Amino acid sequence: MSAHRTPRRTVRLNPTRIGIYTLLILFALLFLIPVYVLVVSSLKTFAEVQDLSRLWSPPTGLHLESFRAAWWGIPEKGLRGLSQNLLNSVYLTVPATILSSMLGSLNGYILSKWRFRGANVLFPLMLFGMFIPYQSILIPLTQTLAAIHLGGTIWGLILVHVVYGIPITTLIFRNYYAEVPTDLVEAARIDGANILGVYWRVLFPLSVPGFVVVIIWQFTNIWNEFLFAVSILQKPDVQPITVALRNLAGSQIQEWNMIMAGTLIAAVPTLLIYIIMGRYFIRGLLAGSVKG
Amino acid sequence: MSQARRERWIAFLLILPSIILIAIFVYGFIGWTATVSLSQWDGVEPNYAWAGLKNFRQLFTQEGGVSATRFRIDLWNTLFFTLLFLLVCVVIGLLLAILLDQKIKGEGIFRTIYLFPMALSFVVTGVVWQWIFAPGTETRLRGVNALLHNLGLDALRWKWYTDTRSVGPFHLALIPVIIAAAWQMIGYCMAMYLAGLRGIPEELREAARVDGATEIGIYRHIILPMLQPITLSALIVLGHISLKIFDLVYTMTGKGPGFVTDVPGIFMFETTFQGNHYAQGAAISIIMLLMVALVIIPYLVFSLRREVEL
Repeated sequence: MSAHRTPRRTVRLNPTRIGIYTLLILFALLFLIPVYVLVVSSLKTFAEVQDLSRLWSPPTGLHLESFRAAWWGIPEKGLRGLSQNLLNSVYLTVPATILSSMLGSLNGYILSKWRFRGANVLFPLMLFGMFIPYQSILIPLTQTLAAIHLGGTIWGLILVHVVYGIPITTLIFRNYYAEVPTDLVEAARIDGANILGVYWRVLFPLSVPGFVVVIIWQFTNIWNEFLFAVSILQKPDVQPITVALRNLAGSQIQEWNMIMAGTLIAAVPTLLIYIIMGRYFIRGLLAGSVKG
Repeated sequence: MSQARRERWIAFLLILPSIILIAIFVYGFIGWTATVSLSQWDGVEPNYAWAGLKNFRQLFTQEGGVSATRFRIDLWNTLFFTLLFLLVCVVIGLLLAILLDQKIKGEGIFRTIYLFPMALSFVVTGVVWQWIFAPGTETRLRGVNALLHNLGLDALRWKWYTDTRSVGPFHLALIPVIIAAAWQMIGYCMAMYLAGLRGIPEELREAARVDGATEIGIYRHIILPMLQPITLSALIVLGHISLKIFDLVYTMTGKGPGFVTDVPGIFMFETTFQGNHYAQGAAISIIMLLMVALVIIPYLVFSLRREVEL
């Protein structure tokens, strides 16, 4: 951004700028409090988290027993580990993300390059689907999944995420493909390509950045999702990590080091994506406000 | 059939599966839920016998007893939660964006820190803030209370999200939940405002400076008015999230003592899937849908119409 600023206004350190930096650092520290809590508590032993006088103090050493407990559980206390649930989250998120991205890409292509009659009505009707409170479709959804023998299964939840992912993935791809010059499409058609040919030869090869945005967006959302998962999956051994984590934290247990370690494990995949691919994450974020 | 018409048909056929899925899973299911909300279904087995508006009356009138009390509290909680959550997010989000727009060294690091909570699950946020604001007991203080005690600030201790005090219909216990929600979503506001600020041409500011405007004057009279559409988008997106919020509150506090932190999302979930009061759950969810639709439909119409004009 500084490139187009005039070089005359070079920045010196004056009271105003010191104030700005102080505020920024203060807010940064406030934002990091939960991270401090997470890291510090998860590195403590059970005896240490029980010592409430040292609740906010750093751990006495790098104790990793909490991570072992969060991963494998503490069978003698009847506490389940999260390893299976983490795997369930992977089994859920990866196929659902891939399928809904492909569907969104196809829809976005059609809606941006093949405007048929009624598309102007259909598109907003489709978009409305991403804003509804999912509570308002939850009862029919659980009934229907049970009726088609997908109730209580990860496949059922994958179907749910693919369907309710249609609006946002279509929106992002539609806005993305709208930037592709129609001339390219016309040229391919003159060369004799049909609808799918145009998609394969022109749009799809240009789609990598679009797919990156959509895949990151869907992965993060599906990984983090809770309401569908807790309503559809009752059996602990098929639940994704968000549901298992909330069950662990809601069970009145004292093992806060284990809970915090489990929370970190649940958070790491999406955090890593955010840190590595932040630019694309923000693009998905801004696309969600309809006008991309 | 001409080539063009044939291709138009193929285009339609390619998008048809998605249209059918949305038609069934969104609109069909909403209709189905509406039917349940007008039925007598109150148990594990479906029962579609007509009940008229009974389920809605039970939420809004004395007839409903505890349900009506709970739902009235839920609506007040939603109102206060939404207002304060939006206010905090917009004000701090805008402040951070303006601060970051001052040619800051390490801007990327600050931006990453303010925005990372957006990448987390509401469940993760809920668990951590549940720990931070856990009041503990007089003899075993926890969370912030323990910290205040260690600092000799016992006068500032209170029961946080389990406190039953209220100012009028505003439950103080909502404050910790609003802080947690704002922590997660402020970054979103900041990112939107920052994108908006970066879209304002430098020539505009430069021209104002030449005309003798102060830096603060430039923000007040030129930049803030230009950011208004962004404020509207942010309010709508955050507002509709807040109206249907569930996972954060459910994980962090649950309904709370005397429903101090209850919201319609929690009521709906508990009454439907734990109490098997399906008709009542459906009625609550229809009201939630109406609240969200009231905000979203004008916004969708407005922003898509603007898009067509462009």
